[in-house]
Amino acid sequence: MSEIERMKKKLDRGQITRREFLSRMSAIGATAVLPAMYSGNALAGPKKGGRLRVGLGHGSTTDGLDPATYENGFTADVNYAIHNHMGEVDDAGIIAPELAESWEATNGAKTWIFNLRKGVEFSNGKTMDADDIVASFQHHMGETKSPAKALLAQVESMRKDGPHQVIFELAGGNADFSYIASDYHIAIKPSKDGKIDAADGIGSGAFVLEDFDPGVRAFFKKNPNYWKEGRGHFDELEMLSIIDPTARTNALTTGEVDVMDRPDLKTASRLGKKPGIVIEETTGYLHYTFPMRTDTAPFDDNNVRMALKHAVNREEIVEKILYGHGTVGNDHPIAPSVAYHAADLEQRNYDPDKAKFYAKKAGGINVKLSAADAAFAGAVDAATLYKEHAAAAGIEIEVVREPNDGYWSNVWMKKAWGACYWGGRPTQDWMFTTAYQGGGSWNDTFWAHTRFDELLISARAETDSEKRRAMYFEMQQIVRDEGGVVVPMFANNVWAASDKIAHGSMAQNWTMDGNKFMEKWWFA
Amino acid sequence: MSSLLKVVAQRIALGLLTLFVVSIFIALVVELLPGDITQAILGQSATPETVAAFRAELGIDRPAPERYFEWLKGMLTGDMGKSLANKREISELVGRRLSNTLFLGGFAAAIAVPLSLILGVLAALYRNSLFDRSVNSFTLTSISFPEFFVAYILILFLSVKAGWFPGISNISKDLPLGDRLFRSLLPAATLTLVVVAHMMRMTRAAIINLLSSPYIEMAQLKGVRPIRVILHHALPNAWGPVVNVIALNLAYLVVGVVVVEVVFVYPGLGQLLVDSVSKRDVPVVQACSMIFAGVYILLNLFADIVSIVTNPRLLHPR
Repeated sequence: MSEIERMKKKLDRGQITRREFLSRMSAIGATAVLPAMYSGNALAGPKKGGRLRVGLGHGSTTDGLDPATYENGFTADVNYAIHNHMGEVDDAGIIAPELAESWEATNGAKTWIFNLRKGVEFSNGKTMDADDIVASFQHHMGETKSPAKALLAQVESMRKDGPHQVIFELAGGNADFSYIASDYHIAIKPSKDGKIDAADGIGSGAFVLEDFDPGVRAFFKKNPNYWKEGRGHFDELEMLSIIDPTARTNALTTGEVDVMDRPDLKTASRLGKKPGIVIEETTGYLHYTFPMRTDTAPFDDNNVRMALKHAVNREEIVEKILYGHGTVGNDHPIAPSVAYHAADLEQRNYDPDKAKFYAKKAGGINVKLSAADAAFAGAVDAATLYKEHAAAAGIEIEVVREPNDGYWSNVWMKKAWGACYWGGRPTQDWMFTTAYQGGGSWNDTFWAHTRFDELLISARAETDSEKRRAMYFEMQQIVRDEGGVVVPMFANNVWAASDKIAHGSMAQNWTMDGNKFMEKWWFA
Repeated sequence: MSSLLKVVAQRIALGLLTLFVVSIFIALVVELLPGDITQAILGQSATPETVAAFRAELGIDRPAPERYFEWLKGMLTGDMGKSLANKREISELVGRRLSNTLFLGGFAAAIAVPLSLILGVLAALYRNSLFDRSVNSFTLTSISFPEFFVAYILILFLSVKAGWFPGISNISKDLPLGDRLFRSLLPAATLTLVVVAHMMRMTRAAIINLLSSPYIEMAQLKGVRPIRVILHHALPNAWGPVVNVIALNLAYLVVGVVVVEVVFVYPGLGQLLVDSVSKRDVPVVQACSMIFAGVYILLNLFADIVSIVTNPRLLHPR
């Protein structure tokens, strides 16, 4: 295919940034045709109208509208349809203004000033102001069950300065606080007397919620007043919860839905060959892991950990478990599209000889690996493959198949070695703090590395880009060589859509265009 | 007639006792499951602080018997309480799903029951003929397949290949009746195929059993036409066992259809129950179990009444 096509594909997949794409295009003199071919489908601008019907493999009758309870893909999409946040992650993975039109960090990144956009209306008519921001944040602070509580624990105080400015004082410098403030839980909602009605379904987003039947269907109508230029093209949006993958695929092929997420990877290529259906994928932050408890024998010996890290054939696992829809991991949780990713850190490969060497130093290895498909689809198969790879190095692994129900209560962070998945985070600091900082509640390897924790705090407040890059390089290397986690692969976000859907360049952070497909896509 | 009323009253009293026992049993069993709703909902986000805060908010840090009695008190006054997961009124949550389930069950029953009775009578009439044998083998085959298999076959041929019907039953609350019936046709057809065999064969067996009685022989000697012998003389006495089987299958059509619901994405009670059990949403589980138990009890009561009414000896005991 031509250079232009190749570059376009790379851009869509997030392998190059928009800046690189543009410079490459101007180098080959193709900038004149850029506006026309930049979009995935249409030559003219986005067309308005139509009802988008989405079939999602998520959703449960226990879902609710309170942002503190959003925890599956269905509620994530409802969230982005009706709410806006302080900022949004753009197609290049950088945080861009949304309800906050600008921000600045001072005082060593300990004081953050956010300037709010003016004239934004919620769907109940109220105009957004600083009171709403404060109330929306406080819903997740203090006495709350919200998962965002841990994120906002670093906020010592927040106050408004006039109706269009909010100032945060942090306990320590954090150069990435703009990302944190835009976490998906912290949806901005209208407040009354300093409090939000968490489950009222009202926000400033592209759509207004008309009907919500948890675990079944959510129906939205277009917000006629949407403030964001160039977003929100559909008139109506219908989300259906179709858990059974076969039923979901049938719904797409018989035209009951226009988009479906998570096609069965085994049959995805065949689905893509059907006329009128396109398989799309992006490489985000999603990765699958096998965390070892570094506080439990034999995994407290780094020789054991290094042996096991060398004893897995990553390419084969990507081929057989992800059917090629992914990339190999390098035993740390940082995705290639995240800033300061250590692309020059040597990729670890399957090496039975090295594995034997470390195993001998450890005095032989005979361990159990607990897995269930609740961790990630194909986890049990991946564990079984791992066992075979390791056998070639004289390492014995017994695969213990655990029940799906109760996996997160009884197996994860309880058994010595298990399987897990991470949706990943847009910044290294966030990912490392969530799962790798000593003493963290989701540090599933129970790891405590002094140098790593020191670097974590210094890098967080460091505003010089080169210094930060060096610190994060060292941290990724430490996790790779001394950490307790085997990260064999990053899984692509895969979904299938009718060819009537058109889109521009796509965000890489979450599936389906950063979960903002409802406001970014249109019917061709 | 008064004896009939006495029987009905007795059965209702026993039914209430059964419901009470079922409620205790369900509460016990859900209590024994590992984990609780806070961990199930928060999932990977469950830290000890958020779990404790959530527990306190829901009031489930109180001991089990206390929670059970509070629930029982609520039930007796007609208040099913609120779902622990999303604070919605359970009566509203269950109400919508229940009406969907009853609609589908009713639709399937409206097709299956007359079909089974007609086929059963015809099979008895033409017993041991080719017709009889082929009807028997076809229905036995369809009941032997797992219902999701039957469902997938119907979807494959009637929806994906022929395009006559939609692949999923996307029904919402303000759909006109005609649309609803059209979208529920495939699941109803699946359920019909699954329940016809039992009812048809029982009808056939009950009638054939009676055909060896002396009074039937008398009717045949009188020269009565075979179809009238069956419909007018044999069938009225066969109602007892037949109605029992019909009641059992009707109960199945309400409580046992969760697999069909999942395959067709039909928003019924089965999926609600499965979701609530996996999230340990105890009030919803109890409400659904009470409904299912109540359905069984009512249908059994109906079967008993019909058995008595169609049997003069039982209707007018000496």
